Amino acid sequence: MDEHDMSWVRTEMALAETAPRSQVGAGAWLRKNLFATPVDAAFSLLALLALAWAVPQILNWLFFDAIWTGADRTACLTTEQGGQLPAGWSGACWPFVSGRFGQFMFGRYPLDERWRVILTGILFIALLAPLLIPRAPYKGLNAILFFGVFPFVAFFLLVGGGFGLRYVETPLWGGLMVTLVISYVGIIVSLPLGILLALGRRSKMPIVKLLSVIFIEAVRGVPLVTVLFMASFMLPLFVPPGMSFDKLLRALIGVALFASAYMAEVVRGGLQAIPKGQYEGADSLGLGYWQKMGFIIMPQALRLVIPGIVNTFIGMFKDTTLVLIISMFDLLGVVKQNISGDPTWATPQTAKTGYIFAAAIFWVFCFGMSRYSQYMERRLDTGHKR
Amino acid sequence: MAQEAIHDAPARASLIYDPKVRGIVFQVVLVALLVMGVWWIVDNTIENLRRSNISTGFAFLRGRAGFDISDRLIEYSSDSSYGRALLVGVLNTAAVAAAGIVTATILGFLVGVGRLSNNWLIRKLATFYVELFRNIPPLLVILFWYQGVLALLPNVRDSLSLPLGSYLNNRGFYFPRFVWEPGAGLVLAGFIAGIVLSWYVARRAKARQMATGQQFPVLLTSLLLIIGLPLLAFLLAGLPVSIDYPQKGTFNLTGGTNVKPEFLSLYLALSFYTAAFIAEIVRAGIMGVPKGQTEAYSALGLRSNLGLRLVVIPQAMRIIIPPLTSQYLNLTKNSSLAVAIGYPDLYAIGGTVLNQTGQAIEVVVIFMVVYLGISIVTSLFMNWFNTKMALKER
Repeated sequence: MDEHDMSWVRTEMALAETAPRSQVGAGAWLRKNLFATPVDAAFSLLALLALAWAVPQILNWLFFDAIWTGADRTACLTTEQGGQLPAGWSGACWPFVSGRFGQFMFGRYPLDERWRVILTGILFIALLAPLLIPRAPYKGLNAILFFGVFPFVAFFLLVGGGFGLRYVETPLWGGLMVTLVISYVGIIVSLPLGILLALGRRSKMPIVKLLSVIFIEAVRGVPLVTVLFMASFMLPLFVPPGMSFDKLLRALIGVALFASAYMAEVVRGGLQAIPKGQYEGADSLGLGYWQKMGFIIMPQALRLVIPGIVNTFIGMFKDTTLVLIISMFDLLGVVKQNISGDPTWATPQTAKTGYIFAAAIFWVFCFGMSRYSQYMERRLDTGHKR
Repeated sequence: MAQEAIHDAPARASLIYDPKVRGIVFQVVLVALLVMGVWWIVDNTIENLRRSNISTGFAFLRGRAGFDISDRLIEYSSDSSYGRALLVGVLNTAAVAAAGIVTATILGFLVGVGRLSNNWLIRKLATFYVELFRNIPPLLVILFWYQGVLALLPNVRDSLSLPLGSYLNNRGFYFPRFVWEPGAGLVLAGFIAGIVLSWYVARRAKARQMATGQQFPVLLTSLLLIIGLPLLAFLLAGLPVSIDYPQKGTFNLTGGTNVKPEFLSLYLALSFYTAAFIAEIVRAGIMGVPKGQTEAYSALGLRSNLGLRLVVIPQAMRIIIPPLTSQYLNLTKNSSLAVAIGYPDLYAIGGTVLNQTGQAIEVVVIFMVVYLGISIVTSLFMNWFNTKMALKER
C-alpha cells in the first residue's frame, strides 16, 4: 500500500529564485529611478547636464580656487585689482573669515573678557544637551537649571558689574553671541506667554478673550520689522522722561512679544485638538482651572504641537537677523558691517565669502532644530494622531 | 422629594469659590490694570512729545518731503508731500509682493511636484533646494544677492549684452520698452474682449456637456480668442507700437525700462525663500489625497493627466490653499526687509519720514494700518477662493 501512495509533502522550503537580471543591480536601479520613461530620461539628462555645469564651478569657488591664507585684502585681489592673482580669478576669500572670526562670534566684546562668553556657552551646551537626550536622567532638575537658574548666571557672566567682573555694556556685544542671546530669551519668554495668550483666547471671560485676540492678531498682522521698529522708537516715548531702555533689551522685548503671538496660535491648535472628554473628565474629577490645564490638557496639547513649537523657534532664530535693521549687530549684522564698512578686506569676493559663511552657520542651527523636532515627533507619537 | 431638596438647596460654597464671581473680579482687575497702564503710557508719551516739541496729528503728511526716491511707479519729486512719498512706498511694497507671489507660486509648485517625482535625481535636487532655502534667513539671501552677486556685475560701460537688446550691469537690468501709440487702445479692447468671450464660451461648453455630454475644445478656443483678437486689433490699427531700446552711452544707459538691483535682489530672494515653503505645502497637499482616489479614477478609466486634473488636484487644493495664504502674507510682510538694501518700500520711506519729522507714533500707525490692510485683503481673497474650492457637502 505504502509503495503506491503517490502523495508527497515537501519538508523544506523551496529556495527562493534569484531576482531576474533586469530587476537588480545598478542597471535596474538606473532604469527605474532615472530612465523609466522618455520624459524621465530627458529630465534626468537635463539635470545631469546642469549639475555637471554647476557643481565643478561651485566646488572650485569654495575650495580649489579659494584663498586660504593672507593678512589683508591684497591676498584676494587679481592683478587688475592690484593683487597677485591671475586676471579673471574668482574664488572664496577664507582669510577674511578666519581673520574676523572673533568678531563674528563675539562682536566687540573686550578680548580679555571673552572667556565669560565662552564659559556661558559651555554652560548652555552642558545644560541643553542632557535636556535634549531623552534617556538622560534628572529631567526636572535639569529643566529648572536651564530655564530658571541659567538665565541669571548668564546675565551676571555676560553683563558683569558684580562679583569682580567688569561691566560690559551691551553695545559692545555682537555676532553669534547676540543671535543666541536673543533666540534664547525669545524662546523662554514666548513659550509661557504664548501659552497664557492661547488660554486667554479660549477663555470664557469675554474681556480676556477680546484682549488676547486683539494682541495676537495685531502682532501677527504686521512684520517683525515694524514690531522691532516700534520697540526701538516708541518704547522710549512710553516711559517717564529720563528713564532709558537698553537697546538690546528693546530688541528682546520686540522679539519676545512677536514670537509669543505666533506661539499662542500654535498652542491654540494643540488645545483645540484635545477631545472635549478630556476637559469634562478633568472637571468631573473636581480639578480647578489651573489644575485641569496644568495636569490634564497642557501635557497632551503641547505634545501634539511640538513640531509647531520648534518651527516657531526656527522662524524666530532666522528672524533675529532683523535686528540689524535697528542697527544692532547679530551674526549677520557683524558680517555685513565687516563687508561694507571695513576697507581692510574690501575685495569683490569678500561679500560672497562672508555671507556664505554666515549662511552655513544659520543653516546648521536651523537644520539641526528641524531634524531634532522630527525625531521627537516620531518618539512622542503615541498613536493619538488623527 | 429628597432629590429636589438637594437641588433647591442654596449654594453653601463661599462666594470666592464661585467661578462666575471670580471671573468677573478677575476681569475687572485686568481692565483696571490695563487702563492704568495705558494711562501711564499716554501720559508719558504726551510729556515726552511736549519736551521734544513734536506736534501730534497727521498734518505733517502735507509737508514737503525734500528727499528723492529712485524706484517709483507714480510721479514723484522731492517737492512732493510726505503723503505722496508714503504712497510711493505702499505701491513699491505692493509691486515687489505681487511679483514675488507669482514667481514663488510657480517655482514652489514646480519644486513641490519635483519632490514627489519618480525620478530620483529630480527628487533629490528638489529636496536639496527646499532644505537649503528653508534654513537660511531671508535677509541673508537678500544681502547675498545684493552685495554678493549683483554688485559684482560690470559697470555701465562694460554692460553685459543680453539677447533682445537688453543689458545687465551693476545698476540693474535694462530691457526694451514698448511705446504705445494712438490706436493701441484697440489692442487692449481686443484682449479684454478675448477674455470675456472665452469665459462665456467656457460656461456654455460646460452647460452643454452637463446637458448632452458633448465636449467642446475650450482651451484651444480660449487661446485663439485671447491671442487672436488682440493680434487682429493690432494689425487693424496699423501696428501702433514702437520699441524703445536702451542706448548705451559712456556713463549711462538711456531709454528702455530699467529694473534696479535693489528690486531684483529683494524679488529674487523673497521668491526663492517662499518657494521652498510653498513646495512643502504643495507636497503635503498632494500626499494628503488618499491613494484610493488615484485608484478610483484609474478604475473609472480616466487617463492619468485627466485624473490628476479632475480628481487629485481639486482635492489637493483644499489642503493647499489655507497654508498658501499664510505664505503669501509672510512674503508681503518679509518685503519690509527691503530697508536693509535701500529699496524704497513703505517701511524704508516711513523710516526716512520718521527721521525727518519725528512723528514716530503716526508713522507706526500708518505701517500697522497698511500691513494689516494688505493682510486682511489677501485673507479675504484667499478665503473666498477657499470657499469656492472647499468640499461642497450635499
